[in-house]
Amino acid sequence: MPLFSLEKKGTILSKGGPPDIMDVTTRHIKYQADCDPSFPAAIKKIPGCEKLDSCIQCGTCSGVCPLSIYMDMTPRRVMNLVRYGFKKEVMASNTIWLCSSCYACTVECPREIKVTDIMYALKQMAIKERAYPRRFAMVVLANEFYKMVRARGRVNEIHLVTRLNLLTNPLKMLSMARLGIELIRRGRFSLRPESVRDPRRIREIMEYTENGNGKEARSKC
Amino acid sequence: MLKYHYFPGCSVLGTGRACEESTQAVIKELGVELKEIDDWNCCGATAYMSVDEHNALALAARNLALAEKEGATQMTTPCSGCYLTLNKSKHYIEEYPAVGNRVKGSLRKAGLEYKGSVRVRHMLDIMVNDVGLDTIKKHVKVPLKGVKVAAYYGCQTVRPFKDFDQQHFPNKIDELCQALGAETVYFPLKTRCCGGSQMGTLPQVAQRLVFAILREAKRQGANLIVSVCPLCHFNLDSYQPEIVGRFHEDVSIPCMYYTQLMGLAFGIDPKTLGLQRNLTWDKCFLRKQFTPAGVGA
Repeated sequence: MPLFSLEKKGTILSKGGPPDIMDVTTRHIKYQADCDPSFPAAIKKIPGCEKLDSCIQCGTCSGVCPLSIYMDMTPRRVMNLVRYGFKKEVMASNTIWLCSSCYACTVECPREIKVTDIMYALKQMAIKERAYPRRFAMVVLANEFYKMVRARGRVNEIHLVTRLNLLTNPLKMLSMARLGIELIRRGRFSLRPESVRDPRRIREIMEYTENGNGKEARSKC
Repeated sequence: MLKYHYFPGCSVLGTGRACEESTQAVIKELGVELKEIDDWNCCGATAYMSVDEHNALALAARNLALAEKEGATQMTTPCSGCYLTLNKSKHYIEEYPAVGNRVKGSLRKAGLEYKGSVRVRHMLDIMVNDVGLDTIKKHVKVPLKGVKVAAYYGCQTVRPFKDFDQQHFPNKIDELCQALGAETVYFPLKTRCCGGSQMGTLPQVAQRLVFAILREAKRQGANLIVSVCPLCHFNLDSYQPEIVGRFHEDVSIPCMYYTQLMGLAFGIDPKTLGLQRNLTWDKCFLRKQFTPAGVGA
């Protein structure tokens, strides 16, 4: 049973079902020329991702990952696909969204590759390019979190979870009723919107780079 | 007297309220002074890093700059997520000059300056290394006999930074619990991920991860799980009825923060420690012993 509505569209080798052996004209493999070399180049520029090329494909990251058994591609495979430019395949996998940033791979990697940071870089790229299914819970959560902090400087978890459910699956609220009641009963259900004194200060910090500032500083180094 | 600047984090204002209550109660008992950083903002957690790397680092760095402005040399937080994010931000600003320049530029825009003079420390680190186990032992009024603790560190307490404990098999909480008179069990899943925010986005997977942790604790003979981070605690403590129903195995086990356990041993009233806020407290075997009339008895 698939975990996501995200299907294994982009897998490289098989397209489902046995291949027609007499079909000699359709190409089932990908040539290196089909890959996108700008993809690994862009990833490697991000701080923490520069050691990607030193991966020896040992699979330690996949072994220690508590979520790899639920992924359609293991972290090891993602590392290899990224560095050879298989952008479409990587972006279509559920691996980057299942990563919960526990840093086990980063700590264990014998080549000191910061796998978690690479996963973050891939998430950022996918969100920027809108390469995810509509109403996809992980992205909705990240975006709502982002908006809330931008607007107020702090986060209220109850508001966040409510927005997440309303935007993805409102019916899920019913299954959370027990928990909601328990939290109210125990005084943990705070509806007070938390905020810093002047949220404009937070926005100023964010707008600095959004307006293209600081880029010169980046190219100088 | 030990003095630190304190970063509470958004969690402790809402669902993790007990974390703050118990930390403050215990810290006061130990004679440590905490000064809350004025006008602190959200550290950005894992969600922010998924959207924009630079803004995530700048957001966390604002707190560091605010603490520096107040003249802090050491700041501490009870939440492992905040600890990791603040520490990561500090490391990246210092290790990557390009990142540092951009972050410093955006902070300057908001009238702040980052100098890098403040150290980020975990509250657990303060307890076991600065206050020390000997001092903690002296404060114990009710030794916790018959308590068998499975110490759950969660992932971000010791990963990726190993500032105060071993990374593969940390034992500081174990030592702390032993100082309180409790027993600790061998617990191989002590740093395995609880799923974090996946509990909200992908419960079918996160519940399975929590199930594995709860079952292992029970199998090793523990009767209590002690955790550090508000998010781990929420995941382990709040979803037990759903998990028991889904996996048809009774894995329910009481969970509490390590600060709550310390508070009980120090003879602090459970209400002050926020224990009534834990969903598993109602059926906890310690409840009878520590209801107000029973304290010290």
